[in-house]
Amino acid sequence: MSTCSLLGCATEDERVFQLSDYEAALPRWCPGCGDHSILSAMQRLLAAEQLKPEQTVFVSGIGCSSRFPHYMKTYGFHGLHGRALPVAEGVKLQRPDLTVFVVMGDGDCTSIGAGHWLHAIRYNMDLTALLLDNNIYGLTKNQTSPTTPQGHTSNTQPYGSYLPALDPISATLGVTNASFVAQTAEWLPSHLYATLRAAYLHQGFSFVRILQRCPVYTPDIFQLAVRDPNRIELLVHDDGVVLPDLDRTYQNQLVHDPSDLDEARRLAEPGDRLRLGVFFRDEKRPRYEDLRRLPKLMGEAKFARLNEELDKYAV
Amino acid sequence: MATGSQVQLEGVVPETRSAPPSATTHRVSQHTVEIVSDSGEGAQKCGQIFGSVSAKMGNGVWTVEIIPAEVQPPPRSAPGASGNRIRIGAQPVTNWGDASDLMIAFNEQVLLGRHQLGALAPNAIVLVDDQWKTHDDERIRAQWQAAMAELGQTGYRLIEVPLEAECLKAGDNARKGKNMFALGLLAWIYDRDLERIREEIAFAFRKKSEEVYQKNVALLELGVAWARQHLDFRFEVPPLPTPEPRLVMNGNQAIAMGAVAAGLELAAMYPITPATSVSHQLGEMCEKFGGVVHQAEDEIAAAGVAIGAGWAGKVAFTITSGTGLALKTEFLGLAVMTETPLVVVDVQRGGPSTGLPTKVEQSDLLTSLYGAPGDAPKIVLAPATIEECFHAMITARRLAETFRAVVMVLTDANLATGVQPFRRPELDPEWLGTALDLSGVPAGLQPYDWDPQTGLSKRFIPGMPGGMHTATGLAHTRASKVAYDTESNQLGMTMRSRKLAVLQSMLQPPAVHGAERGDLLVVGWGSTRGAIEEAVDRARAEGLKVSSTHLTFLSPLQPGLKQVFARFRKVMTVEINYSDDVGDPYITGESRRYGQLAWLLRAHTLVDVDCWTRVLGEPMRPGAILQTIRANVKGGAA
Ligand SMILES: Cc1ncc(C[n+]2csc(CCOP(=O)(O)OP(=O)(O)O)c2C)c(N)n1
Ligand code: SF4
Ligand SMILES: [Mg+2]
Repeated sequence: MSTCSLLGCATEDERVFQLSDYEAALPRWCPGCGDHSILSAMQRLLAAEQLKPEQTVFVSGIGCSSRFPHYMKTYGFHGLHGRALPVAEGVKLQRPDLTVFVVMGDGDCTSIGAGHWLHAIRYNMDLTALLLDNNIYGLTKNQTSPTTPQGHTSNTQPYGSYLPALDPISATLGVTNASFVAQTAEWLPSHLYATLRAAYLHQGFSFVRILQRCPVYTPDIFQLAVRDPNRIELLVHDDGVVLPDLDRTYQNQLVHDPSDLDEARRLAEPGDRLRLGVFFRDEKRPRYEDLRRLPKLMGEAKFARLNEELDKYAV
Repeated sequence: MATGSQVQLEGVVPETRSAPPSATTHRVSQHTVEIVSDSGEGAQKCGQIFGSVSAKMGNGVWTVEIIPAEVQPPPRSAPGASGNRIRIGAQPVTNWGDASDLMIAFNEQVLLGRHQLGALAPNAIVLVDDQWKTHDDERIRAQWQAAMAELGQTGYRLIEVPLEAECLKAGDNARKGKNMFALGLLAWIYDRDLERIREEIAFAFRKKSEEVYQKNVALLELGVAWARQHLDFRFEVPPLPTPEPRLVMNGNQAIAMGAVAAGLELAAMYPITPATSVSHQLGEMCEKFGGVVHQAEDEIAAAGVAIGAGWAGKVAFTITSGTGLALKTEFLGLAVMTETPLVVVDVQRGGPSTGLPTKVEQSDLLTSLYGAPGDAPKIVLAPATIEECFHAMITARRLAETFRAVVMVLTDANLATGVQPFRRPELDPEWLGTALDLSGVPAGLQPYDWDPQTGLSKRFIPGMPGGMHTATGLAHTRASKVAYDTESNQLGMTMRSRKLAVLQSMLQPPAVHGAERGDLLVVGWGSTRGAIEEAVDRARAEGLKVSSTHLTFLSPLQPGLKQVFARFRKVMTVEINYSDDVGDPYITGESRRYGQLAWLLRAHTLVDVDCWTRVLGEPMRPGAILQTIRANVKGGAA
């Protein structure tokens, strides 16, 4: 039976999805939480791209940010802390027809799930992976994360965090077979949207670090950058993200060709300014699911083949 | 095997090398052969071919690998013995037996190693390469002397064979060909079909050149000729008629074949002995079917990938052992909570920790049942034979889908490497399951619409219009909404647990091997079945009123156990896992820790189930079980 006869529409192609078609439960994040704007940017993107809700999957880990799938009216899998990527890989490997997004927190991705992160970059499967980076453990109430700025106090490091923060962009750019690496900020909705779109359109593993405010535990961390556009430098390029509407406010702009990996790595080095934009992009990198995709034998043909294998062990 | 008796050697003549002796042929119902060498000298290949040809000739066969823990242990070292033990019989052979009746050893140190492990029957015949006796290195000559002096104290019949010297007749690298010469010795002793052996050699060396094949055949023939000229004994193990087509393979190969037959298209794994060879087998053949063996970055990821695939509608399996299972437990709990179908194969090895990586144990039973945080009911089944390894995968896939459950298949190192002929399965297209059906979800249905009676519900698979929801490891409602209220959690737990009761209602009570009532019932699970039943047969032949039963399902347990147990004066499990022995310091009825199945059965049936367990890193020997049976029948409750 066809889908639409059940749903009462004439053919699938006639369905037009509105923003509301992607909205599920009302988000339960704190007021002012940066996750809200990421959610609405994502819903806008899905509507703009007319992604079929049933063909779209959001996989997440555990954390405030990982509640994301519950608020999308698509398929979702809200799994284990740190382990969103393997689940997403399993989905994509066996169901390449699905569009798969992965939502992770900074503890989720860069601490407990760091091993999977590194390997996911190398697998380069066609997933859009979002790191919602509030520089803190939100859900468990204010513990230091690997991305917490050095010196920032938390419940676990009340005298300030001891180590320099881990930079997810440099780390990702350092992994063999990285294919799309971008950074954006949730308080710049147009930049956020354009970056998400570029990431979604990229074929391969797109890694987007989204700087995300947590007004409850890290109210100050991004404040300077939010207030003072001078602290931000936009990386612009036709193959990356170009946003003329930001030109007036964000005058620090650097033309960066995202195919230049060495330059991308240099630009990712911590400096005075936060750099937002596409650092690197290369669609020619091998994708694991393509390398492993083989014509599947079914039914009789499969058994004929299996019988040939069994013949080798026949007595 | 009814008797498992040792062979009586009549007419042993003193060693003479001058004239060909006239050999006496001893007709025996079964015989156990061992071939051991340093690793890399090919004893395993020799043993495999001998086992395979014996199976093809119609003998019952059970082969076990003798594997040193290291990849390249130092040469000529006792713990470095590498090779095969092959037990052949006039009837189906179900286990490795008690001890070897005949051994070929490439040096006296590996021989000594096997002797010290009690691997040889008291009157075993031992053929050993004599090159070490006259070796250039004085230390080696001294080692030979010492070893042979020690072995001379035993009842073995030691025969020195100029293995190296003879092999040099066929080429300059004797180290590479001794195994084929040894195969020639065995071929003559057991009167094996040489044509079949040549076929096996051709198959084994198919990727190499014709020249390699010819050389190996020449060595084989040298071995046959030498044996004919010098040995005064032969053994005849009559073949059994085999009307039906059979296959011969090990348990891991059977798991791999079963996985394909079951329609499982993705195996996600991380290498760990002794599970890895399943993925080697699949790796070689899987792609021909369009399947994927995904070597993940670790065991956790492997479980996650399999769960992702299963949730997306393509049930997958992950395969592991020991410490790898420990790593997966968090994900197993998630699969249970989200009711995502998943098959997990655990090829058990010795634990805890890294334990005994290459050796058998049955010590993951309780971990399989309870080794996840919270209450996570899973289906656990344990094949007992190589044939059952194949079929377990088909059952597992079907149960995983029908019950939206995690199905654990527990095998072990004994099944993984044991080779046994079994009935060739007639492939049934229904095993493959149904193709992915992504029809829309009728309005009003929910992703966890548990049937209030059975707890069963229909899966919503990505791609099904109208089925959008988010699966979650958090407590949830029928609509898959996160719920922290009291009622929802209680309901979810009840429904997930109910499924096991439903499955139990569909199972049969286990069959009893032997009489339906008696003095002692031995209960086993997994790979020990052959050894237990052989021991029971031998005990019954002695007049003891003992029977056994073997459990395939460990969770849920098969029904009717209490009634079966009630017909015996005593019930005792035999297991390869640890339990305290009453009478040891501090060990009383109260402090004693029981074997894992005994623990489970005691809780489940309230019967005072005893246990006898050993963790020797080797399969159970029927003779050892027999002794335990005797002690427990004659002595009453131990
Ligand atoms: C195995 C495991 N360890 C610890 C936790 C507890 N835990 C839940 S969320 C979290 C950290 C959340 O921080 P982050 O990933 O940055 O997400 P955020 O809440 O900030 O969005 C931790 C430690 C857990 N759920 N599972
Ligand atoms: S604690 Fe912080 S990250 Fe979590 S919901 Fe509240 S504002 Fe957002
Ligand atoms: Mg965080």
